[in-house]
Amino acid sequence: MTQLALVIDLNVCVGCHACVTNCKQWNTSGSAGALTDCNPYEANPNGTFLNRVQTFEVGSFPNTETVHFPKSCLHCENPPCVPVCPTGASYKRESDGIVLVDYDKCIGCKYCSWACPYGMREFDEERKVMTKCTLCVDRIYDQNLPEERRKPSCVLACPTGARLFGDVHDADSQVSVAIREHGGYALMPEAGTRPANHYLPRRKTRVSVHEEDLYSSDNPHKIDGLPFDHTLPPVNEELS
Amino acid sequence: MRPAFSVLFLTTLIGAAQGLFIALFFVELLAPSGVTREFFAFGSLLVVFLMGLGGISSVFHLGHPERAWRAMAQWRTSWLAREGIVLPAFSAAAFAWGVAHWLNLGHTFAIGVAGVILALALFICTGMIYAAIKVLKEWSHPLTVVNFILFGCASGTTLAAAYAGFMAPDLAAPLAKSAFVLILLSLVTRAAALWRNATLRPVSTLQTAIGVRHPRIAQKAQGAMGGSFNTREFFHGKSPAFLRGVLAAMALGAFVLPLALVMFAPLAAFLIQYAGLFAERWYFFAEAQHPQNLYYQTVS
Repeated sequence: MTQLALVIDLNVCVGCHACVTNCKQWNTSGSAGALTDCNPYEANPNGTFLNRVQTFEVGSFPNTETVHFPKSCLHCENPPCVPVCPTGASYKRESDGIVLVDYDKCIGCKYCSWACPYGMREFDEERKVMTKCTLCVDRIYDQNLPEERRKPSCVLACPTGARLFGDVHDADSQVSVAIREHGGYALMPEAGTRPANHYLPRRKTRVSVHEEDLYSSDNPHKIDGLPFDHTLPPVNEELS
Repeated sequence: MRPAFSVLFLTTLIGAAQGLFIALFFVELLAPSGVTREFFAFGSLLVVFLMGLGGISSVFHLGHPERAWRAMAQWRTSWLAREGIVLPAFSAAAFAWGVAHWLNLGHTFAIGVAGVILALALFICTGMIYAAIKVLKEWSHPLTVVNFILFGCASGTTLAAAYAGFMAPDLAAPLAKSAFVLILLSLVTRAAALWRNATLRPVSTLQTAIGVRHPRIAQKAQGAMGGSFNTREFFHGKSPAFLRGVLAAMALGAFVLPLALVMFAPLAAFLIQYAGLFAERWYFFAEAQHPQNLYYQTVS
């Protein structure tokens, strides 16, 4: 079974919001209708977004670290939003695991948004239906696009390559390898939702230098068990 | 959670209707002689009227009311769909029961039993809509369902006592006594739920929400400065003082005053109790802390 998902590398994300704007651009231009903007040129502009980037500060000054955190539907393998829907508008596709909303069946009761622990769904105030990330289902299968462009808009927009897209059930896919080898984790595992999207943690590149790396360990003047005497004359190799 | 007024009206109105029907059925069961058919017929009319008001207010909760009929589709998995089926079924049973009494058609006991079963099923559906949301720990507990049942029965029986005061004065006193007991019971279970929610520890934290293991994480931006659906739907936005006021209104309106008044002024007791239960339902929403709020602590 296929389970398409995103893997988001928090080590690489710089918080530029390019994924947010490209997501909005693609999904507001589709046949499903515009993602509403309320008060776009007035006080408190707000609107429907399927993807957002949040920023968190970890630690206390001066030992702080900024974490930019892209947030969109995790396409859970056990999605709590799906069984609660009274109409069947909210569903998970058997074929590729994408969680979708049928905008023609949605009655706008918002019950699914209550069931989602992450707050990933947003109610569209103009269309009066629940909206959410579709993994750009209307472009990833589009045969008219060149194959390398058949990816979600957010993935294509990311300038640092922080967003990977693929089948997390295929053990050899780029996303599975990234999760396996770079400590990919799921959000709120205690909710039991088994998110398909994974996040890669911040990673620091450190070089460990041992004391013996600072001098030639094979120096014939060194006596085992005693600290190295730096006043000793160098050996031949060190002179050359 | 932000209290949705359409849902507050819906649950309080249909709760009273279901409780009233159950009370009327027990009147038929325990005091069959000396009660006129008008008593049952107009009583069931009142039930259907309250159900209709509740149904109308529920429509205001929907973005697309014209598609409301679709809400019955997923009865296998969704308690909301089950409520969508049981609600009209119960209203129909209450209506049929009243007609059977009015026209002396007989079979009122069989219709009444079906109506009581549907009334209880509707209580369970309504309660489970909230109790089935596992991530909302304040709601996800059997006490939620118990409270919906007891509040509905208490309010409906108080209404039945007030109604009997006009239509069958002999029945007013026993109904008022039953209402008194039900209000006391609902006080116990609601106090238990309040205590449970006050001592509840959140399962999810900001650490599990973004997956960073550090005791001090502070939000610096939530991706939007003008609010979003997430900030509107899941925060009640009222001050702690306002919340305490609602809690006091609930304590007085739903318990203290109805208990004091139900024996000798049941109509006043019912009206005050309705306002108190409205406050109770408001507080029920406001006290639920949705884990998604972890992602929306700071605007910028």
